[in-house]
Amino acid sequence: MRRQAFSALALIRRGLCGHLGWQAQWRKAAPKASYDAVIVGGGGHGLGAAYYLAKEHGLTNIAVLEKGWIGGGNTGRNTTIIRSNYLFKESAALYDHSVKLWEGLSQALNYNVMFSPRGVMMLAHTVHDIQVFKRHVHANRCSGVDNEWLEPEQAKEFCPPLNIGSDIRYPVLGAALQRRGGTARHDAVAWGYARGADALGVDIVENCEVTGIQRDARGAVMALETSRGLIRTPKVGVSAAGNTSVVLGLAGVRLPLESYPLQALVSEPVKPIFPCVVMSNTIHAYISQSDKGELVIGAGTDAYTSYTQRGALHVNSHTLDAICELFPTFRRMRMMRNWGGIVDVTPDRSPIIAKTPVKGLYVNCGWGTGGFKATPGSAHVFAWTIAHDEPHPINAPFTIERFRDGYLIDEAAAAAVAH
Amino acid sequence: MLLINCPFCGSRPEIEFTYGGQAHLTRAAQPAELDDAAWTDYLYVRANVKGVHAERWRHARGCGRFFNALRDTTTDHFLCVYKTGEARPDIAAVAPGTAP
Repeated sequence: MRRQAFSALALIRRGLCGHLGWQAQWRKAAPKASYDAVIVGGGGHGLGAAYYLAKEHGLTNIAVLEKGWIGGGNTGRNTTIIRSNYLFKESAALYDHSVKLWEGLSQALNYNVMFSPRGVMMLAHTVHDIQVFKRHVHANRCSGVDNEWLEPEQAKEFCPPLNIGSDIRYPVLGAALQRRGGTARHDAVAWGYARGADALGVDIVENCEVTGIQRDARGAVMALETSRGLIRTPKVGVSAAGNTSVVLGLAGVRLPLESYPLQALVSEPVKPIFPCVVMSNTIHAYISQSDKGELVIGAGTDAYTSYTQRGALHVNSHTLDAICELFPTFRRMRMMRNWGGIVDVTPDRSPIIAKTPVKGLYVNCGWGTGGFKATPGSAHVFAWTIAHDEPHPINAPFTIERFRDGYLIDEAAAAAVAH
Repeated sequence: MLLINCPFCGSRPEIEFTYGGQAHLTRAAQPAELDDAAWTDYLYVRANVKGVHAERWRHARGCGRFFNALRDTTTDHFLCVYKTGEARPDIAAVAPGTAP
């Protein structure tokens, strides 16, 4: 189905006509009786996988099933940080694949995802932090990923609101800076992929919860039972974040995952004051400023597993303590909203993008606290995995079996927050 | 913040406690005799229940003791607490009408 292209000219023309005549960005599809493949989960990762399945692998008779509304889960609940400065070469390859796709995504989708490579700076507060971050800098540069070490004065120059005084509880002793890192507009990522997939014929079915997975005599996937009827399909890709254990449990597959609440909050909007993204693993804070002017602040995970999409106030309060010390100018800012998402965490804090023991069932999960940054790359290699029935070289190490075989990709130290 | 009923000290705020993960995981007496799948299961695979979850808590900033609890992970509501070593209580008995 042909879509109106977005351009400056189109914007001016529609503007002169009172912005009438814009089409809907995607159809409200009702589920068909059968598809060649079905993606379960209409977040960025799932919609992206459907887009790449249609665009690069020619699978257009496919659907994305979403139990709520698209982009309403973790895609709409994160702090939109994008970076690829992970320690191990497997992770650096996966996350950098994603950053490279981010760089051309608005053009590729003809949809402005507002990717802004404004630089991600990770603060070091202890001797241990300095050693670990310098190790990351060196490891990244060996893998061809940009990352550089900054002394406190250089960090202050890069981010003027930063307090590098020695009189705070955890003074800033330096920072690792990835200049290609930054942020993007989370909703636009879901919408852009939905629009792109829909234009290629993909059905995006909202309010459709999967309640059962039917298998044939050989054990292969045959059909999905959903709240909107039975859907036959030989291939199912599950991209369900915090609910992955529940969906895969329908096929009897157990995974090394635990689901935790992760909270974030935004302040009232203010004039541009914060030029980059700053993260502090050690004292649990990450912060950037959205284009609307709100400070977007991420907190840590709550201590216990939960599916409630909310967490406790003391977790946010702990983060705000850290923000106020690092950026004293924000001490009188008022916070406007806070919310929680449910993140699925693996024991080694690396994702699983793989085939499962069930034929025709694939899973993309375990992104924990840092899935947004990986959206394009994850979706791209997941689509490959579903289309070829074997992993792309980039996601080949990210199997379920790595836990059995001892090939963990232990990124606990590189994750967004201390665990 | 959760209010958690320590079986030894009574109801206290969550910040006094640390979470101990899934309860009733038993280390095999002879781990070397387990096959890879069973050992992986013990080390890494967790129930991750959406519903009533049997889990361990430790009153770390109180009496320091471990205990178990049944909590509904869809509401964070605690159904009951019980002592380490005791069998998991019957849900129908502690919270009638709750789906297992």
